[in-house]
Amino acid sequence: MNTKSIIQTKHLFKIYNTGVIETVALSDVSFQINKGEFVAIMGPSGSGKSTLMHILGALDLPTSGEYLLDGEMVSKLKDEELADIRNRKIGFIFQAYNLLPRTTAMKNVMLPMRYAGVAKEEREEKARKYLTLVGLGDRLEHTSNQLSGGQQQRVAIARALVMNPAILLADEPTGNIASVQAEEIMSLFKKLNNDGHTVVMITHEPDIAAHAQRIIHVKDGKIVKE
Amino acid sequence: MDILELFIESLGTLTLNKTRTGLAILGIVIGIGSVIALVSLGQATQQSVQSRIESLGSNLLTIQPGSTNQGGVRGAQGGRTTLTLDDAKAIETSTLITTIGKVSPEFSRRTQITTGGSNTNTQVIGSTPAYAEVHKVTIASGSFITQRDVEVMSKVAVLGPQVVTDLFGEGANPIGQSIRAGGQTLKIVGVTQAKGGSGFQNQDDMVFVPLTTAQKQLFGVNYLGSIALEAKSADVMADAQNEVGYFLLTKHKLSDPTQADFSILSQQDILNTVTSTTGTFTSLLAGIAAISLLVGGIGIMNIMLVTVTERTREIGLRKALGAKKKIIITQFLLESIILTFTGGVIGIILGIITSYFISNLTSSPFVISPASILLAFVVSAGIGILFGWYPAQKAAGLQPIEALRYE
Ligand SMILES: Nc1ncnc2c1ncn2[C@@H]1O[C@H](COP(=O)(O)OP(=O)(O)O)[C@@H](O)[C@H]1O
Ligand SMILES: [Mg+2]
Repeated sequence: MNTKSIIQTKHLFKIYNTGVIETVALSDVSFQINKGEFVAIMGPSGSGKSTLMHILGALDLPTSGEYLLDGEMVSKLKDEELADIRNRKIGFIFQAYNLLPRTTAMKNVMLPMRYAGVAKEEREEKARKYLTLVGLGDRLEHTSNQLSGGQQQRVAIARALVMNPAILLADEPTGNIASVQAEEIMSLFKKLNNDGHTVVMITHEPDIAAHAQRIIHVKDGKIVKE
Repeated sequence: MDILELFIESLGTLTLNKTRTGLAILGIVIGIGSVIALVSLGQATQQSVQSRIESLGSNLLTIQPGSTNQGGVRGAQGGRTTLTLDDAKAIETSTLITTIGKVSPEFSRRTQITTGGSNTNTQVIGSTPAYAEVHKVTIASGSFITQRDVEVMSKVAVLGPQVVTDLFGEGANPIGQSIRAGGQTLKIVGVTQAKGGSGFQNQDDMVFVPLTTAQKQLFGVNYLGSIALEAKSADVMADAQNEVGYFLLTKHKLSDPTQADFSILSQQDILNTVTSTTGTFTSLLAGIAAISLLVGGIGIMNIMLVTVTERTREIGLRKALGAKKKIIITQFLLESIILTFTGGVIGIILGIITSYFISNLTSSPFVISPASILLAFVVSAGIGILFGWYPAQKAAGLQPIEALRYE
């Protein structure tokens, strides 16, 4: 095993069983990502990219196969340890943003810091800083439903970055963002990556994928090309 | 995150979701408030009936003619003519009876009373001076029936204040004037003090005349309607009942108590009957209260469950961002506790205020039962907390993604 690998999967399967139909979303997925890499995952819609990302983010468990995060078997971790990993080690940007409804941008971004026990002043200062970085300095007190799709996505990005995570997992992070701002987001990701953090990003836009050092292609739940 | 911060966050969530919060609180308020008000209403009724009966004299025994056995037996033994003034005198003078103080032989009948232009139909009671003492009747002006009145069959009458109002108008002084009853003209010599109350044995709506006058001149009978006895204390009531019972059996030459041609009721017997009746009423109200509690509870449960989808997603998100299961459950428990506590306090206050108004409107005593408050509070708080906690507990056990996708 490569000591530098921060993410390692072995024969991952994910099968969704919705009544009569069985969907094989992931089929025998084995790969690894080293510490400090910037990887893009590409593939057609429905190919299992999000499913894979959720497993990598310790938000879901595979049906079978092994996932080692920083050398630890995720399926063996307890709730407390998983909570800590999700809180401190991983920053996750959801394809559907997933902000708290009726809650301000500030409060949304501060939420992970609350669970980390960060003091109030520091929380507010950091939340303001990261919201400004993603271009929402003038939308701090807007609630989720008062923001456009692109703005909500940027709140979600700020929320993922604010804990300065060792691994950033981004599921189509620029899907709803205009290209000028998308470039700014990419430079944020790159800066994080230059500081030694690992970035894994799903995208279907080639010019966004071009920012990554390596591209993994997924099709029908399988890795087809590295 | 410490508990204070969680508390503040819970308050924040509750104020963000005003409709949900409002409806849940309303459910609890209705549940608790109605239970308190209804139980209080029931108990107030019971107490007011009891105190009215007790005001009629608490050490009172009443001997009535006829058997306690119902139906044919009573008729066979001479109906209602078996008690005589002689019986009353014997009880009073017997050395065998040690537990009885005053003896009040009585004969009463509803009769038409007229005076000048007005008339009324009321209870005329043939009584001796003992009546006033045994039944706690006090005189407002003039005097009550005297022993001499009884001996010489005076044509006098003492009126209850209601009768005075009915015949002479409110506040009139009728002493010295006359009324006609049973073909006789009776001079009014006294008016009794108002006791209040209505319906059941209303002592304000009575006319008292000497017992002998009532028996011989008004109604033409030689028997008594009843004998009221005052026991020397409340503790000897049972003994007094037995003593008098055996004494009368002997006097009436009856050997078998089941053949008795009279029955002796204590005030307690009457009280027990009425108490059990009003107790039924209270149970009925408690039943209605239980239904409102149930309805309130279902209201709370519904509002908690209706939001379960949104809340499950919220829990998924919180877990994805690093919330521990314990923190999430604590937060949801806190929310439910704040909800039920707020609703509970409002409900208790409203329930008490409602009870107060009911007691004012019905001029019954203001009674609040701590047990009903406790029960109502525990049940609604229990339901609120259970249905706040249970879905949260379930959602917190899911993988974050499963919870986020919950529909
Ligand atoms: N919760 C689920 N239940 C059933 N099927 C699912 C579920 N999530 C995803 N799928 C299916 O798994 C496949 C992969 O989905 P997904 O990982 O979202 O693809 P992508 O992100 O590449 O578009 C799709 O066919 C999708 O319909
Ligand atoms: Mg996807």
